[in-house]
Amino acid sequence: MRELTYREALREAMAEEMERDERVFLMGEEVGHYNGAYKVSEGLLDRFGERRVVDTPIAETGFSGVGIGAAMVGLRPIIEFMTWNFSLCAYDQLVNNAAKLRYMSGGQISLPIVFRGPGGAAHQLAAQHSQVVENLYAYVPGLKVITPSTPYDAKGLLKSAIRDDNPIVFIEGEVLYGRKGQVPEEEYTIPLGKGDVKREGKDVTIIAWSKMVHVALEAATALAKDGIEVEVLDPRTIRPLDEALILRSVKKTNRCVIVEEGWPFAGAGAELCYRITNGAFDYLDAPAVRVTGEDVPMPYAKNLEHLVLPGVEKVVTAVKSVLYRS
Amino acid sequence: MELSKEKLLWMYERMQLIRTFENRVKVEFGKGKIPGFVHLYAGEEAIAVGICANLTDADYMTSTHRGHGHCVAKGVEPRGMMAELFGKATGTCKGKGGSMHIADMDKGMLGANGIVGGGPPLACGSGLTAKLNKTNQVTICFFGDGASEQGTLHESLNLASIWKLPIIFVAENNGYAESTPAHYHCSVENIADRASAYNMPGVTLDGNDIFAVYEASHEAVARARTGQGPTLLECKTYRFNGHFEGDAQTYKIAAENEKYQKERDPIKLFRDNVLARHLVSEAEFKAIDDRVAAQIDEGVKFAEESPFPDVKETYTDVYVNY
Repeated sequence: MRELTYREALREAMAEEMERDERVFLMGEEVGHYNGAYKVSEGLLDRFGERRVVDTPIAETGFSGVGIGAAMVGLRPIIEFMTWNFSLCAYDQLVNNAAKLRYMSGGQISLPIVFRGPGGAAHQLAAQHSQVVENLYAYVPGLKVITPSTPYDAKGLLKSAIRDDNPIVFIEGEVLYGRKGQVPEEEYTIPLGKGDVKREGKDVTIIAWSKMVHVALEAATALAKDGIEVEVLDPRTIRPLDEALILRSVKKTNRCVIVEEGWPFAGAGAELCYRITNGAFDYLDAPAVRVTGEDVPMPYAKNLEHLVLPGVEKVVTAVKSVLYRS
Repeated sequence: MELSKEKLLWMYERMQLIRTFENRVKVEFGKGKIPGFVHLYAGEEAIAVGICANLTDADYMTSTHRGHGHCVAKGVEPRGMMAELFGKATGTCKGKGGSMHIADMDKGMLGANGIVGGGPPLACGSGLTAKLNKTNQVTICFFGDGASEQGTLHESLNLASIWKLPIIFVAENNGYAESTPAHYHCSVENIADRASAYNMPGVTLDGNDIFAVYEASHEAVARARTGQGPTLLECKTYRFNGHFEGDAQTYKIAAENEKYQKERDPIKLFRDNVLARHLVSEAEFKAIDDRVAAQIDEGVKFAEESPFPDVKETYTDVYVNY
């Protein structure tokens, strides 16, 4: 099978869906003439023209609302945030308009819109450019939240997201854009709300998404040398959540570690812990444990940033702790 | 600009429908029949009606928390609106939106909005869609003097201008942002003066004079339909009631309400003008008044007798599919 980067897979998903449905268009800061801040949209302006690839001023609230308004009356916008950090300017539009207009109108309004862009920390970008926001959006009924970890998932999930009739928060891993993976030539989609087992194991379940999947897989490889077989489960979408798959895995391994890049307080991992405790309490041989980002704004210095982010060592330690091994 | 008799009668009926609706909402709210926040439009009728006289159902509108008048002017059925305010299943939005969220997509009414300044970006979205699809639909974006200080409005004015979107931004300047007077919260005397910063025409006019509103918006709508871009209209007006029902209005000058109701009532001004020109008779006005009163009575009865939403409705309309 051919290999594509995560970036190329996302681009291919958008291009295919724009070919398939002329109501689909891309809008955001520098998506057109500059070919995208992270080059995800490279070449799309040349291929589809200015009607389909719309550059905007730096006005996140404004252009997010423009996308919502366009979706209300029949278009299918893809709104790119240069990074999800800047979506916080537009939080009101996503929470008060995108998530609620259908409900408040008694079902008259559909909002087929995808908000997408990179999230999470990259390398020493400091506190305002390193945030994890999936929990901020997954909290809100009316939104779906997708966090792909591989090129294959990125393409299949983005295609499904664009075809979905609901407002979607699609958070790409900023450090994953250059990561390669197998992506078939032939068309495929991945249903939203279906998780994926990235590595099978019987001793401990690690739940991780986006770039934390790769940290979990590295930890699993290291732990295998000690004879510990870790199952790595990627929910792929935070909302809707594939609770059945999670509970099935935890009931099999009886132990669970959740690895998330974001802050611990009210993070998505806290919700997962609740669901596991509630749904698999009698199967647990140890309390579910979280490995999260540290509870501080992201520091700039390299050594401090390293300390804040969940890494392989922390995950290995956590897995051993639920096995009561040191 | 001479208007047909048919149009004059339509204007009167719509204004009277809004006034009668709002006065009745005030009564029913006082009786405890209507819950929540209601923001009445009485006193500002000439703006919504004067502008909507230029539109069809295919045109779009975004509205505000003070949206009842916009809805009625755009053709939304008052009985469904009344049922919505009562929180009933037969409401425009199945009783799930309430006063601040009435939307009627069949009428191009994209929704009242409970967030001050929440609507202008949406208006740019419907405007951009009309432009990309090359239809000649226009979007009316209503906002108050309070929203004129929100960033969303300024982003939207700029976006509409650089993309030449078919939008008419309508500032309904009633002198108060909730309780804060415009002379305090606004850096300019006239909101429309800001249009020059966004390279679009700006017009300040008497919002209680429906003929002035109609003429200015007629021109703005024509500009928008022919690809010449947005216009900012500022309609100076006054609300006869508080910001919301229950507002003690301590910030208003003594006898201010009475003065405006006596001297600047847009419906009375219209009526006097038309009668003086012998374009419509007293009897014709009376017939409309009677019809409107009966319509609102029927609407309240309909709302009262309608059932509350089924409890299952709590969980519908969150997603199209999940």
